[in-house]
Amino acid sequence: MSIRESHKYPGRLIVVEGIDGSGKSTQLSLLQTFLLSEGYDVSFTEWNSSPLVKSTTKRGKKRNLFTPTTFSLIHATDFADRHERSILPPLQTGMVVLADRWAYTAFARDAVRGCDPDWLRNLYEFGTRPDLTLYFRVDIDTSVARITGGRIQPKYHEAGMDLGLSSDPITSFRLFQTKVLGEYDRIAAEFALTVIDGQRSIVEQQREVRKLVKPVLKGLRRAGLARPQLEPR
Amino acid sequence: MESRFYSSGLPKADVSSLPGHLIVIEGADGVGRTTHIELLQGWLEGHGFAVASTGLTRSALTSRGITEAKEGHSFDRTTMALFYATDLADRIENEIIPALRSGFIVLSDRYVYTTMTRGAVRGLDHDWLAKLYGFALVPERVFFLRLDPDELIRRTLRRGGELDYWESGRDAGLAPDLYTSFRKYQTLLLEEFDRMAERYGFTVIDASRGVEEVQAELRRELAAMLDPSLLAPMGDATD
Repeated sequence: MSIRESHKYPGRLIVVEGIDGSGKSTQLSLLQTFLLSEGYDVSFTEWNSSPLVKSTTKRGKKRNLFTPTTFSLIHATDFADRHERSILPPLQTGMVVLADRWAYTAFARDAVRGCDPDWLRNLYEFGTRPDLTLYFRVDIDTSVARITGGRIQPKYHEAGMDLGLSSDPITSFRLFQTKVLGEYDRIAAEFALTVIDGQRSIVEQQREVRKLVKPVLKGLRRAGLARPQLEPR
Repeated sequence: MESRFYSSGLPKADVSSLPGHLIVIEGADGVGRTTHIELLQGWLEGHGFAVASTGLTRSALTSRGITEAKEGHSFDRTTMALFYATDLADRIENEIIPALRSGFIVLSDRYVYTTMTRGAVRGLDHDWLAKLYGFALVPERVFFLRLDPDELIRRTLRRGGELDYWESGRDAGLAPDLYTSFRKYQTLLLEEFDRMAERYGFTVIDASRGVEEVQAELRRELAAMLDPSLLAPMGDATD
């Protein structure tokens, strides 16, 4: 098992990737609801959510202690903890694991921050290769419009403010995400990610997502009965 | 002096002019690292050198987080190696490099080698670990205080101490009881350190001797490197 090699576990790992504002989380949430209604056992995990590193990340952000290297390492620590505790066990027992972002996020963002691409690939070598990675591609204008439409300002690191590209958060966001987008396009080719046009309507995209997911789930055991959807995230 | 990294390095860190010296003291817990670092610091400062000391998990960023993780129950080997790497990177960038730039002698109580060894005895791949720590600055000297695990156990217990959970590798599931686990784990660490001593050119110091003898050897080594007059009696050095 490695980042370039599929796992041998009975479960399935489905990942969404894309720059901020690409709509990937919305699509994953809709997919989760659908899979639950189809009777699959589903487990969800997202980038930078491990309780293990939470206080460290918070301290680092608050006191501005991060450098590109430590920022990258703390995300890898988070990923390793989730991989061990929240990703492998459901795969081993035969569930569908839905992950909002994977190592590709680090390959794209951290490379823009100046980390060595080979070092980054080694860092995440222990991770498994997803059975399907959906890369939601949007142009930078769409991303900016979606992010600035919903909130007042993009967050500090999301806007790449630490890179000193611009003192204006929105300008910085645009410059940073443009670079990240360039990296994603290279990564999509390198790791053969499935590209989805994220500019289309939510419904159109979700139909394509379900069509792509179907063959991946072939042969997977279902709980049998459709479950009431108590807690779609 | 031009400093260098093991491999990948740190983006944007300028290491072209670091007039200070990075000295590492490695060795197991209970071998006397802290004592020797304190004695060296006093001695060097007495001769007018500016000294800074740093040690594992002392980073402002990760210190508390690692302590919390060690108190918990789920801290797997990969996560541990990465968390320690975060700690080390933070200290190299925010403490060690700035101190070296200002001309300090930095005495590091353990370094990448301890964390690499801990990962290796838990089954992590050597190449993966070496690449992971490729951001580390290569120290000028590494002194390895070497002590046989049996002597280490007696020393620890003689002082009324206990065999520490993590220093016994209890998480690695090596043995049913603390003593056997400690002995097995420390033996594995020692074997790994011996291999590393060759690969990375450590100066191996026999730590089974008394504090004075070990300290005298460390001082001879440092004096030869920094300034031979350091070993002269205080009066003579200023003549």
